[in-house]
Amino acid sequence: MMTRRLTAVGLPAALFVVLALVPLYAGVFDDRFVLLFATRILIFAIVAVSLDFILGYGEMVSFGHAAYIGLGAYAVGILAEHDVWAAWISFPLAMAVCALFALVTGAISLRTRGVYFIMITLAFGQMAYYTTTSLSAYGGDDGLTMWGRSELFGTGLFNGDTSFYYIVFGVLLASYLILKVMTRSRFGRVLEGAKQNEARMEAIGIDPYRYRLTAFVLAGTIAGLAGALMANQAEFVSPAYMSWHRSGELIVMVILGGMGHLHGAILGAIAYMVLEETLSGYTEHWRLIFGPLLILIVLYGKGGLLGAIRGR
Amino acid sequence: MSTTLLAVQTLNGLQLGILLFLIAAGLTLVFGVMDFINLAHGVQYMLGAYLAVAGYQLTGSFWLALIIGLALALFCGLVLEFLVFRRLYDRDHLDQVLATFGVILFLNEAVKVIWGAAPLSLPAPNLLDGAIPLVNNLQYPVYRLALIVSGLGVAALLYVLVTRTRVGMLVRAGATNPDMVAALGVNIRRLFMIVFGFGTMLAGFAGIMAAPILSVEPGMGDNLLILAFVVIVVGGIGSIRGAFLAALIIGLVDTLGRSFATDIAKLALPPAAANDVGPALASMLIYILMAAVLFFRPSGLFPVRSA
Repeated sequence: MMTRRLTAVGLPAALFVVLALVPLYAGVFDDRFVLLFATRILIFAIVAVSLDFILGYGEMVSFGHAAYIGLGAYAVGILAEHDVWAAWISFPLAMAVCALFALVTGAISLRTRGVYFIMITLAFGQMAYYTTTSLSAYGGDDGLTMWGRSELFGTGLFNGDTSFYYIVFGVLLASYLILKVMTRSRFGRVLEGAKQNEARMEAIGIDPYRYRLTAFVLAGTIAGLAGALMANQAEFVSPAYMSWHRSGELIVMVILGGMGHLHGAILGAIAYMVLEETLSGYTEHWRLIFGPLLILIVLYGKGGLLGAIRGR
Repeated sequence: MSTTLLAVQTLNGLQLGILLFLIAAGLTLVFGVMDFINLAHGVQYMLGAYLAVAGYQLTGSFWLALIIGLALALFCGLVLEFLVFRRLYDRDHLDQVLATFGVILFLNEAVKVIWGAAPLSLPAPNLLDGAIPLVNNLQYPVYRLALIVSGLGVAALLYVLVTRTRVGMLVRAGATNPDMVAALGVNIRRLFMIVFGFGTMLAGFAGIMAAPILSVEPGMGDNLLILAFVVIVVGGIGSIRGAFLAALIIGLVDTLGRSFATDIAKLALPPAAANDVGPALASMLIYILMAAVLFFRPSGLFPVRSA
């Protein structure tokens, strides 16, 4: 019991401390690449955490979660194209767009279960994808280059490598804490209860649909915020952000880390991207190694990285 | 829009529908009977095409290439079943999606390593070369007609197999209640092997038939896989009849949508906007269709299991 509580609190805490120290490491060893790479990883970690919230706790296998990255990114990119750089306008707007998209698509998708849910979320993801390819005023297929980054009350915080890293880090930490608190609350218990036995949940007078939809919207909104950050990180937005391959990768990250713990998703995002970077450093055919590795992880690594750490 | 164009595009739509059916049939059977989501099914389609190209380079004959392609595709499918899939039948859907995603990554890359990233092609056989005139001096390639006919033939064969034979009866029973079938003393593992092997051959056959008209390249199965999933979800998972109807609907809607969406959009929008909206709308059409079907019938058009 004692050790379990230690890993439940200690591991995420240690993880965030290590992540907070990355800029220090980068500064000491003068390694700009590590800092930029870590920034990118943390943005994906935000999305993975939000996906784990609905996947691990609510059993909603969304195969269109990448759509929110794209929508958030496009909100920022399109505003920048019209010379609106203020983050206090573009970021809330990106989140609002994603919340609305999640509300509408979630309300329809959550009528279905299982594979049908997987496929209908994929369908909505594809619709968002094709919508952006048709925006010829904003680059269409080729994407849209941003000639700068968002501006936060004239501070230029988005432009510095280190300050931008800490913005992303702060968003990740806040998202993690908010979602963690929610999973521990009555809301989270309803979500998990509905996963285990929906009929019993309804029998005690709770309608799981509303809870699922709320969780779905929340996850979409957070992923949209990550998308807004990604637009700033890459200074470029393109439909490729929301391809179904990307949605698949996000699920892989969550499972790889160990789902249903939130910090597992962060570990998964780190592991996936470091693995991809390392393997592609050895050979351009890195998928030849990664594919079988993924199969082995699924077959023999129950519980993902977290399961391995706990030594089960 | 002219009637000739409409006729050609309708035939093209049918042809896409037939291809989709060949892939979706295996997918829906495997899913219906084994409750197994096989994302790697699209890779089987790709393997069929590549192995046929290899067979053609070896023998110089389309027909020999067809036989070689089919046999090797079946062999690859059974090897994969033995090595990987067999271990996944008892796992949840998420594990199945991930592991078969891994198979896709591996095989797409392996094909790239062996045959290179550049598209290959398989020439149509002399017998089916050329075009024949249809209505009002419309020329249509014989090969494409042959594809439609052979696809319909396979569909008919499948219908007879599923509704008139003992194995077919077991397959239908397995799709409805697999536990009961196993309890009645049927070797469910062997049934799985047969269904899986058959589905693999169908996907391989689709790949070989598509090779002369589409380019053979790594990842060629990915997009068709997504379309095939749309088909089986719209049709109702496990239902061959549903897959057939949904495949034709999806094939026709997608093809006709792509050729006429811009024109139709022009009726309501200024030309410049229509040129933007048209293609996007055309790409989205089948997904809108699927969302609409699932909204009204959350288990597809022909639900098999009343769960």
